[in-house]
Amino acid sequence: MDGLTALELIWSGDANLFAVVGLSLFVTLSATIVASALGMPFGALVGLTRFPGRNVIIVLLNGCMGLPPVVIGLVVFLLLSRSGPLGSFGILFTPQAMIIAQAVLIAPIIAALTRQVIEDLWAEYRDELIAMDVGRTSRVATLLWDARFSLVTILLAGFGRAAAEVGAVMIVGGNIDGFTRVMTTTIALETSKGDLPLAIGLGLVLIAVILTINALAWAVRGWSERHAG
Amino acid sequence: MRVRYFFLGVVLALFAAASPSLAQEKSIVVASTTSTQDSGLFGFILPKFKAKTGIDVRVIAQGTGQALDTGRRGDADVVFVHAKSQEEKFVADGFGVKRFPVMYNDFILIGPKSDPAKIEGKDILAGLKGLAEKGSSFVSRGDKSGTHAAELALWKAAGVDPAATKPGWYREIGQGMGAALNTAGAMSAYVLSDRGTWISFKNKGDLKIVIEGDQRLFNQYGIILVNPEKHQNVKKEPGQAFIDWLVSGEGQDAIRSYKIEGQQLFFPNAGQG
Amino acid sequence: MRDRPTTLPISFQDVAYVAGTTPILRDVTLSITSGPPTVLLGPNGSGKTTFLKLAMGLLTPVAGNIVYSEHRNVVRRRQAIVFQKPVMLRRTAARNVAFALKAAGREQDAPAIARLLGAVGLEALAERPARRLSAGEQQRLALARALARDPEVLFLDEPTASLDPAATKAVEEIVTCTAESGVKIVMSTHDLGQARRLAGDILFLAKGRVMEHGPAAAFFAEPATSEAKCFLAGGLVT
Repeated sequence: MDGLTALELIWSGDANLFAVVGLSLFVTLSATIVASALGMPFGALVGLTRFPGRNVIIVLLNGCMGLPPVVIGLVVFLLLSRSGPLGSFGILFTPQAMIIAQAVLIAPIIAALTRQVIEDLWAEYRDELIAMDVGRTSRVATLLWDARFSLVTILLAGFGRAAAEVGAVMIVGGNIDGFTRVMTTTIALETSKGDLPLAIGLGLVLIAVILTINALAWAVRGWSERHAG
Repeated sequence: MRVRYFFLGVVLALFAAASPSLAQEKSIVVASTTSTQDSGLFGFILPKFKAKTGIDVRVIAQGTGQALDTGRRGDADVVFVHAKSQEEKFVADGFGVKRFPVMYNDFILIGPKSDPAKIEGKDILAGLKGLAEKGSSFVSRGDKSGTHAAELALWKAAGVDPAATKPGWYREIGQGMGAALNTAGAMSAYVLSDRGTWISFKNKGDLKIVIEGDQRLFNQYGIILVNPEKHQNVKKEPGQAFIDWLVSGEGQDAIRSYKIEGQQLFFPNAGQG
Repeated sequence: MRDRPTTLPISFQDVAYVAGTTPILRDVTLSITSGPPTVLLGPNGSGKTTFLKLAMGLLTPVAGNIVYSEHRNVVRRRQAIVFQKPVMLRRTAARNVAFALKAAGREQDAPAIARLLGAVGLEALAERPARRLSAGEQQRLALARALARDPEVLFLDEPTASLDPAATKAVEEIVTCTAESGVKIVMSTHDLGQARRLAGDILFLAKGRVMEHGPAAAFFAEPATSEAKCFLAGGLVT
């Protein structure tokens, strides 16, 4: 990317820019899916069951929402490095490592928020579900399904957090041109190369992409609430 | 619950789909420096290498210290940096196979156009002494990079040790060359830079070259294959192929022909440095 | 027809219930037997909801025992309850009924769902999201969900307290119909008129105790306690 502004790049359908945007979406969407597949049931279970140490887990979950991405990047880096315990998989400096790091970053957010939502919903549904003889696993599934609109918002919160971070993906991805370079790391790179107008332009592109995804999710939510809510 | 498994399946499928490069494609990881990347050299020469050999070179741009560390951990196949003594230690410690000199460029001292410390000229040591005496703001990379190592060596030769005494005018930012130039521009400070990054830097603002041409500012680059005996995973054939190409006539020509605004940035000198 | 366990009679033996530090019910000793609807009557706060939840097994007595005809775990499927403000699942009316069928271990086939919705007059609204039904329609849907369990005993907690007269009439008709088909109704209300219309037996509660328990006609004609007299005359029982 040289002197062209970001807008010109979009307009001309610059392949490099689209590849970077595509990779950003792939990494962050995958991380969101993985984090929610793990985080939502876990959060729901913590919200619904009483067990020793429950309050400690909740405090930890809430605290982990604020973990610095760069610290997570460093920890995942040390795990995935060839000299580290999971080095034999050889996935450091690949998009897969970036997905893992971002999933680790947002799983606590998704779990903590899911716990709150499900716990509140359980207070409302408790008598009905018990009176209807709904078994434990079905309760989790029922509450998760009924909370689906709130859960979509939680997913978007996780997605936004992952899409915006640069520390974790920079460390575990290595910002390799054409392979692990995403929007945020490109912005960081162009800034350090002094091409501030391009960096800002890319920043606007990133914001626009995130806003579009949120708008789509909102539209889907509205449609499904009208038809099956 | 079925929905959950569906999503897991989607993710695994995505993982698998995105992994062709992990197994089949020929690729190597080269740990190099931010100055080499920021100058645009790799964008120019790597496609030529790929066209010839089909090998995908994935460059991780870090400071020299970090790049050598990446090599020590076995996370890269090749290291390509510019700090000769550190490179030789790397090989001596058994982490690298052999060091090959590749090219050189030079460092330049950058400063505000008004040159408040009045050090413009051709003598880097005199210039640095002048900065220290007048207490003019100076931005240091502070990141164990090759540039940082060169900077420290020059201070030492000038008889000053700001890294140890940490006077207020000496600002260590712990970041790459571009960030250092941005900071120097914003602070109206002096900074040691490599020519390549300077020429392609787009935010020069109020900065200009203050000192250049001193023999002591010569900056040699070397390339080393990470020792496969330390880390089995090192791709030694494609790694060595890259090294061989870089020091060959073809690679050296590619380096020589990389120009920005008509200026050549790097001077090939395989077999000499 | 498979031999299904009977839950009646339900015997309360010296039952008391305390919520936190507040006593709600005490010295409750009686039996709920099969027959015409039993209506729990009494002012607000007299413990009617707690009584129903205890009978349903949603709460455990702090003192005393509740004994069913067979073990509690065996008979739980033969009981159903409709709450005063029922919670609608976020899905269509039909899927709410299907959910109840599934939880009760019964087939969720379309005819069964249609039949249940028809019994409460909601067949036209089968595909409407349940949360967008009116209060009266939601109450009827809750009834359909309860009936989906094919219960022997149906508990209802003030089912028409927040409904207008037309909706109240619709619900009362369904309750009467259900009673006539052999289901034991145990229903609470603070509406005297409703009690007169529906009750076979009256359970009068005041101040946390069962003051009177007997046939409705006798209760309305000649109440035994001063609290009941006060309540029937429209006074506040404090």
